[in-house]
Amino acid sequence: MPSLGADMEAGTLVEWLKRPGDALKRGDIIAVVDTAKGAIEIEVFEDGVLDSLCIQPGERVPVGTVLATIRGAGAPAVPGPPDLPAPPGPAGRARVSPIARRLAADLGVDLASVTGTGPQGAITREDVERAAAAPLKRATAPVPAAADRASAMRSAIAAAMTTSKRDIPHYYLSITIDMTAALGWLRSNNEQRSMEDRLLPIALLVKSLALALHDVPELNGHWVDGAFRRGPGIHVGCAISLRGGGLVAPALHDVNRKDLGALMHEIRDLVARARAGSLRSSELSDPTITVTNLGEEGVDAAFGIIYPPQVALVGFGRIAERPWVASGKVEPRPLMTATLSADHRASDGHRGGLFLTTLDRWLQTPDRL
Amino acid sequence: MTGEERREAVVQALKGVAPEIDAASIQPGVAFRDQLDLDSMDFLNFVLALHHRLGIDIPEADYPKLMTLDDAVAYLATRAVQPATPHSSGQP
Repeated sequence: MPSLGADMEAGTLVEWLKRPGDALKRGDIIAVVDTAKGAIEIEVFEDGVLDSLCIQPGERVPVGTVLATIRGAGAPAVPGPPDLPAPPGPAGRARVSPIARRLAADLGVDLASVTGTGPQGAITREDVERAAAAPLKRATAPVPAAADRASAMRSAIAAAMTTSKRDIPHYYLSITIDMTAALGWLRSNNEQRSMEDRLLPIALLVKSLALALHDVPELNGHWVDGAFRRGPGIHVGCAISLRGGGLVAPALHDVNRKDLGALMHEIRDLVARARAGSLRSSELSDPTITVTNLGEEGVDAAFGIIYPPQVALVGFGRIAERPWVASGKVEPRPLMTATLSADHRASDGHRGGLFLTTLDRWLQTPDRL
Repeated sequence: MTGEERREAVVQALKGVAPEIDAASIQPGVAFRDQLDLDSMDFLNFVLALHHRLGIDIPEADYPKLMTLDDAVAYLATRAVQPATPHSSGQP
């Protein structure tokens, strides 16, 4: 059972999506696990062959428990437990929309018993609702009702934030950034893009943040066993509020290496899947920094609480026209306050300040992002 | 396309973004963002849903014309919107 964040202690196996003997590639989704953050798709991190399944659907086990064994390519097979029921679909997985999968979990509908009527036989929300109206057949584990899940998520957030405030000596910095250049560039750039490819300011903000982290790497990583460990990449956790309450912060991976168009698509996909309850294990387990954007709510500045074991959190406030002095004259400019909450064990204010000024500098040259 | 069909298209696009929306409770003159808890990502997806549903390109400069139900319906009336499926006009 992988740890999907510092606030996770256990998870419930909902279903296996592979069976013993199946070939696995790194990144394949092997199972679905229910946690306080919703139903999470569990990926494998090495190539091989699924040898044995050690946990049955419905079992709740602590983080660290072996769920299955995978034998590497060329390794001999070892005896495993008796076969479990086959997963749905000829390719190991039925085509199911994220909303339908979530709804099926909430309603206890066995997806294997649902006939899909969507594109290429995909199971849609309407298919699940139809199936739910029929007598239920549970082949997967029952999952908590929405109210229970919201309560569990609240508890998990409470635990993580309490740990953070207790253990992490935060320091806070802020900077006011003139967004004239970034918004002007965005407007003209979007005119060249199709509707599907248009950018929002958040794409520029996240990319700038990642490039600034490249210059100040001691803000990007984890505090583990009394020491800072630099992150293996720049994986930006995005705080996403869920409809009906709650919060998750899944990662965008290697943000500094992605162009803005690809990044925007990933952000849209991540928000959609977070709200549909269809995130992947790697997205929850490996952010190296978190960003929160509360500007949409009209907030001027957001001073966040670091998500342990990370060592920094960046907050963006709203972009609003305000007076700005340029060349000795006061003029209205679109301004935004960016903040940094950082762990004083891992960095000092001097480096934190350098990070914010570097972030500002990137946003003044958006054509370089 | 009638005004009622345009209104329905807007409502369905909104529901695609936020399924929990109760269509009957939408206040036609109040900004979606203020009454439906939509963020900029939701709004982008709403505009895209209209694009896919009605087959029209909506320039970014026109986004402010889509902020309320009444405004969105009025905006669609200014565009040569063809319904996605034939409507019953009584004509063959």
